[in-house]
Amino acid sequence: MTLDKILIANRGEIALRIAKTCKRLGVSTVAIYSEADREAPFVKEADEAFPIGPPPVPQSYLKADEIIQLAIRSGAQAIHPGYGFLSENAGFARKVREAGLVFIGPDADTIEQMGDKIESRKTMSAAGVPVVPGTEAGVATLNEALQAAEKIGYPVMLKASSGGGGIGMVLCHDEQALGQQFQTVKNRSKAYFGDDVVFLEKYIENARHIEVQIFGDIHGNIVHLFERNCSVQRRNQKVIEESPSPSLSADLREKLLSSALEAAKAVHYKNAGTVEFIVGGDDNFYFLEMNTRLQVEHPITEEVTGLDLVEWQIEVAKGNPLPITDQNAIRTTGHAIEYRLYAEDPNTFMPSPGSLQILDWGHADHVRIDAGYREGDQVTPFYDPMIAKVIIHAEDRAQAIERSEAFFAQVQIEGLKTNLPLFSDFIDSEEFKRGDYHTKVLSEWLKQHKGELAK
Amino acid sequence: MTEVKAAMAGTVFTVNVSVGDQVETGQVIVVLESMKMEIPVETESAGKVTSINVQVGDFVNEEDVLAIVEE
Repeated sequence: MTLDKILIANRGEIALRIAKTCKRLGVSTVAIYSEADREAPFVKEADEAFPIGPPPVPQSYLKADEIIQLAIRSGAQAIHPGYGFLSENAGFARKVREAGLVFIGPDADTIEQMGDKIESRKTMSAAGVPVVPGTEAGVATLNEALQAAEKIGYPVMLKASSGGGGIGMVLCHDEQALGQQFQTVKNRSKAYFGDDVVFLEKYIENARHIEVQIFGDIHGNIVHLFERNCSVQRRNQKVIEESPSPSLSADLREKLLSSALEAAKAVHYKNAGTVEFIVGGDDNFYFLEMNTRLQVEHPITEEVTGLDLVEWQIEVAKGNPLPITDQNAIRTTGHAIEYRLYAEDPNTFMPSPGSLQILDWGHADHVRIDAGYREGDQVTPFYDPMIAKVIIHAEDRAQAIERSEAFFAQVQIEGLKTNLPLFSDFIDSEEFKRGDYHTKVLSEWLKQHKGELAK
Repeated sequence: MTEVKAAMAGTVFTVNVSVGDQVETGQVIVVLESMKMEIPVETESAGKVTSINVQVGDFVNEEDVLAIVEE
């Protein structure tokens, strides 16, 4: 199959990133843009660009039918969804294919299956991939809860089934705590969410978030492209990612990679995907979820493997086998770290939309910058606050950190607030340098250093 | 008179009070949405809401007056 024109159903840095590979491969690109993005670099970079609607996402980047119509009208044979927006929308993937176009991503059924928390848990459990021990079906009485907790092992998290955002969630360290909290959580759940179903889940202490990049094709080939450690987070938002993961024994790495392959095989995975694991302080690990798209942090994998993941996605979408099917032929060199530069106040973490009056990266040797904006551009309040991803590749971790420090020291951004000051301070910390950090490392470090990031 | 102002540009996500309502210091008057985050906008003093200048979906700029509260 030939693919010589692709519509990119996204914006910002990822739209530019996809276009870059297309250009190299001689594939022409069609951009879609909202009124707020009229002047954005990704619009100028595309071979053709079409307005899709007003700034709010539901009226622009989520207009599935219009996007498909535009693809057909412009003569594109495929749609690349990027990440976010319509990328994990099974209905969209189905519609694209029903329209006779190629959806650059996995099967719609796989997106659906992995998008459902309970369903994906069941699938992985059946495939022998460890999942966080818990009582999916709910516990009706305190007695039942105590028995279940005994089996799971303390500490346990008592959760409201209909809960979310931390509401209706209590950590219980022992039998006594569970006894005291059971009825309270049940009552609160009833009051907040209108139903009092609660369940238990094992609480993973000192957890690390480690994910594995996997790739499959329609011929049944499945490989992994090694792991990424994404434990430096704030409010479940990733801030810094590394590959390979520091502080990971060869044995545990091997187990994670083979479990990820098992997970991918269980759903006959096609195209790029990520298997996320939560790794406990005791080195036990559990399947968290599977992301059925290209990940924001894919560049660190590209840097260490030397592969172009978007090129792989296009090859798979064409129906070709993976460019490399022999797992042993996929190797990594050195160490890569990615920093997500956000338009936000480094102290209050409030969004900081505005104009990038000065955006000077300085000398950027050995640095890859995937930016969605250029100097003079507006960062509008309509979309996520990410300005750019800074990816630094070096021979080893120490050198990568050194290069990061040198790079951040000379970057200049003016016109809006960014989390740039946080990077230089945090990567200099003992916690980060040691590399054995867990998902609370950044919030704990911030608590200790509050106020010190003021410009 | 207290002007309840937007701390940053964004879209009005919810309007939590009506004209005539009695409000307390720190009460959330409007919730803005900016960069995929919900930003509550509180009143700095207690009193009666005498005007609301925005509706859900409106785009506001930093420093725009969203509502007025009078003691």
